[in-house]
Amino acid sequence: MKSCLVVDDSAVIRKVARRILEDLDFTIEEAEDGKVALAKCRDSMPDAVLLDWNMPVMDGMQFLLALRKAEGGDKPKVVFCTTENDLDHIMKAIRSGANEYIMKPFDREIVEAKFQEVGLL
Amino acid sequence: MTPGGYEYLRGMLHEKSGLALTGDKQYLIESRLIPVARRHGHAGLDELVRAARNPGSEALRADIVEAMTTNETFFFRDKTPFEHFDNLILPALLKARSNRRRLRIWCAAASTGQEPYSLAMMLDQNAHKLAGWNIEILATDISIEVLEKAKAGLYTQFEVQRGLPINYLMKYFKQVGDMWQIAPTIRQKVKFAPFNLLADYAALGSFDVVFCRNVLIYFDTETKRDVLARMAGSLAPDGYLLLGAAETMLGVSERFEGVAGYRGVHALKGQGDQAAAAPARQQPFQAEAGAGRLRAV
Repeated sequence: MKSCLVVDDSAVIRKVARRILEDLDFTIEEAEDGKVALAKCRDSMPDAVLLDWNMPVMDGMQFLLALRKAEGGDKPKVVFCTTENDLDHIMKAIRSGANEYIMKPFDREIVEAKFQEVGLL
Repeated sequence: MTPGGYEYLRGMLHEKSGLALTGDKQYLIESRLIPVARRHGHAGLDELVRAARNPGSEALRADIVEAMTTNETFFFRDKTPFEHFDNLILPALLKARSNRRRLRIWCAAASTGQEPYSLAMMLDQNAHKLAGWNIEILATDISIEVLEKAKAGLYTQFEVQRGLPINYLMKYFKQVGDMWQIAPTIRQKVKFAPFNLLADYAALGSFDVVFCRNVLIYFDTETKRDVLARMAGSLAPDGYLLLGAAETMLGVSERFEGVAGYRGVHALKGQGDQAAAAPARQQPFQAEAGAGRLRAV
């Protein structure tokens, strides 16, 4: 089973994402901000990170940049999942090391397609 | 709906589009025709049918056909056919047509354009191999309405997220308000035209590749046989026909055979072995299965 860290400050979004990803046979860890997520990654690198952009304490972009610099941090496939739905944000995310990008609102089909796209399914 | 009304719809849809309204498709009637009834100011399906029976109601009948034959499609729908196109079909045809340097591709049920545009983007990714080639993508559909949407190349946020890799979105789309529009360079590669698969194919000319995926499932056996015979006549002897992965020619057509190892890819009989022998490329195409609407006919 592959692992996915769901990083979002909304408990509702984490719950929805968990349900979708567990159906797709992922084991799930959750984090409510980038700082908590980074600590979890340093403890154990997941196969995938589903990442919100706007969060308190440490946002998604700060987390991504720190993750990619961390030991083994190049391995997880990072899929942004955010309300930021403009081309500038998408390009910034991909150029900063994200592998895919989901614009909220999302559904199971979109998550599945994006995870397939990066080779996780 | 009255049995007489249902029979009328069944006959009219079959005559105009080839759609076979079998028992398992009855659920489609309510979900698709109630909005049509409302749009035309009718209280329900019986009233809609009564109006459609009127000899002067050609526009209403066209709306009914359109509503019943429209289905979802996505960019790079099902992924595998596009991998087959990239790994098998394109290399084989580039070799076979190296003198003429011309390819004609037909998307026979283009719907809102995701399939032909997916092909156009794939071809653009292969531009380095295609310098000097004349490649035509003809995208047809029975519905003028969906073709108008296809021509505009405007898609919702949902539509561009089902199947379209993010690097393709970044490269080939721009934001227009809440929508995403495909680049003019890609739109120009696709020619859209209305066409009924039950009509005469002669004016279309000959094609090297025909995409007709998930369309035949809506037809009865006789109509499938007829459409496949017409397609066989429109395909170059070494061309390829792509059907949906679950669609079979068994008991329907003797003209085609599946290309071994490439599910959904069919060649005219006697060409399959040669086609399968084309060298597979080492790096598979990276795009993804995707989303939107597909026209049935």
